[in-house]
Amino acid sequence: MTTALPTTAGGPPAVPSPGDRAPRPAAGPLDSLVAAVPALREFGYWMRRYRRVWRGSVVISVVNPLLFLTALGAGLGKLVDAHHSGHLAGTPYLHFLAPGLLAASAMQNGFVEGAFPVFQSARARGNYPAAAATPMRPGDILAGHLLFVAFRILLSGALFLAVVAAFGVVGPLRALLTAGPVLLTGLAFAAPLMAWAVTVDRQSRLNGLYRFLVMPLYMFSGTFFPIGQLPSWARPIAECSPLYQGVALTRGTALGTVHPGAATVHIVYLLVLVAAGTVCACRGYTRRLHR
Amino acid sequence: MTQGGAAAPLIEAAGLRKVHAPRGQGAPTEAVAGIDFRVRRGEAFGFLGPNGAGKSTTMRMIAAVSPVSGGTLRVLGMDPAVQGAEIRARLGSVPQDDTLDTELTVRENLLVYGRYFGLPRAVVRERALRLLEFARLEDKADEQVEALSGGMRRRLTIARSLVNEPEILLLDEPTTGLDPQARHLLWERLFRLKQQGVTLLLTTHYMDEAEQLCDRIVVMDQGRIVAEGSPAELITRHCTREVLELRFAADEQAGHAQRLVAAGERVEALPDRLLVYADDGESALAAVHATGAQPLTALVRRAGLEDVFLILTGRTLVD
Ligand SMILES: Nc1ncnc2c1ncn2[C@@H]1O[C@H](COP(=O)(O)OP(=O)(O)OP(=O)(O)O)[C@@H](O)[C@H]1O
Ligand SMILES: [Mg+2]
Repeated sequence: MTTALPTTAGGPPAVPSPGDRAPRPAAGPLDSLVAAVPALREFGYWMRRYRRVWRGSVVISVVNPLLFLTALGAGLGKLVDAHHSGHLAGTPYLHFLAPGLLAASAMQNGFVEGAFPVFQSARARGNYPAAAATPMRPGDILAGHLLFVAFRILLSGALFLAVVAAFGVVGPLRALLTAGPVLLTGLAFAAPLMAWAVTVDRQSRLNGLYRFLVMPLYMFSGTFFPIGQLPSWARPIAECSPLYQGVALTRGTALGTVHPGAATVHIVYLLVLVAAGTVCACRGYTRRLHR
Repeated sequence: MTQGGAAAPLIEAAGLRKVHAPRGQGAPTEAVAGIDFRVRRGEAFGFLGPNGAGKSTTMRMIAAVSPVSGGTLRVLGMDPAVQGAEIRARLGSVPQDDTLDTELTVRENLLVYGRYFGLPRAVVRERALRLLEFARLEDKADEQVEALSGGMRRRLTIARSLVNEPEILLLDEPTTGLDPQARHLLWERLFRLKQQGVTLLLTTHYMDEAEQLCDRIVVMDQGRIVAEGSPAELITRHCTREVLELRFAADEQAGHAQRLVAAGERVEALPDRLLVYADDGESALAAVHATGAQPLTALVRRAGLEDVFLILTGRTLVD
């Protein structure tokens, strides 16, 4: 016959249990942490999903920069360097390009991780409504997912940096320092995107934004060439782009050329984007999940 | 003993309203237009009504995932607007649309969901085993949900809702999509949960389900409660003991309906048949023959909840 376990609150038992009453297993320290910080439960969910695909994602994160840096940095770079380009202030093109690409890939990761999974999860049959039916608050769900996005940006960035270091562009210490700007750049895109994606009802809008926002930013934010090369009217526009701020900070940190004053401006700019995005996202999540 | 005593209702709604903001331009819809009800601990309480009546909206407000627009709602003595998370911790919820993760396995879905309640990993793992058995999905435990049939997914959703050993179980059309055997099995399981003291709230389109499971029913229509009572009470209060079902050739039905009404019978016309309400179906049939009508088929049956619904709203439940 079946018996039932009593609930903790002394309320009525609910789940039928087979056979003898099993002793309640002890909770570990990780369990206590997860019980105290609900956001970690959502983070755990995304990690569980990531466990299925991590190998492929790691390979891509290594192969991608390898190809780009070989073709553009080492290949195209030889041509550029042969012309003694004064615009790079004596920096070899590979050294100029690598941190730029790194920041741009952080943006891309921020977009890919912040837009599509959020859109999928927010749909009627998605993960968010499932989580919202439990004690999780919309803010917990957001925080946990944002934590996972940060993890993905950092992991991809670290692998990218390892490749950059292998090319001899940065030493291990500079590589470690550069992880901060990479994370900040990625989150400056991810947080506002999450705020927006949770309100979106059609996937085509995400694709549209990628084509019309991310691609132009990628090209014209000082990633491949200094923005000094742009026509004078376009320069201030490029300087306002969040990717330019991220590229400047990442490059300055990686090459050790950043001025403290300029770095502060970049950091504040990016932090404001992260903070504003997170606040808007928190409202958007609540409106979407509790309606 | 029950906490709070038998007098305090577990769920209490007074003048409860929900207005959905319009999508794009257009008028806001009042999905729930001021309803009152009380649910006692251990009761099985049913919401019956046609599509769009406001059943799911009401369930979502009780589940503390949809803020109320007006009136008051107390669940387990708490206000969902203030203590939503505390309420949700003690509820189980089966939404109308499954929200399973199709990329994860059956077992993983149970584990992830259990973790959302902050339960220790080992506890969740042990409960998942029992719930797999409850849903009779042991064979499928390590398959992706993607590979499950609709009915299996439904069973998994129901099993998942029990992972926190809830005091109240909210079931929004739990057996839609289940085959008859699975439905009867589920009814048996729900009945057992009820015997263990779990309070059940369910919405359904199936009269047999409501009659089998519910101690009390409210009939909803267009956001309002139009009747309340036990299934038997509702039938005696609003309906006759028996119903005579008549089928005529399509073009003749309207004329016969008028003649029967003129002869003093209570008649409801459905697209394909006439229903004549009478405490004695056989004598009603004799009266029909007396008007000279020649129905293609005539059937006398006991009145049920669908008849109550038809009389109250002029519409059938399942359309
Ligand atoms: N998120 C929403 N936004 C706008 N309107 C909504 C929303 N959800 C429900 N409605 C509207 O509220 C009304 C009641 O819907 P609800 O889902 O509560 O009905 P129901 O009784 O559960 O119907 P069914 O039997 O079809 O499940 C309908 O008119 C519906 O269109
Ligand atoms: Mg519904």
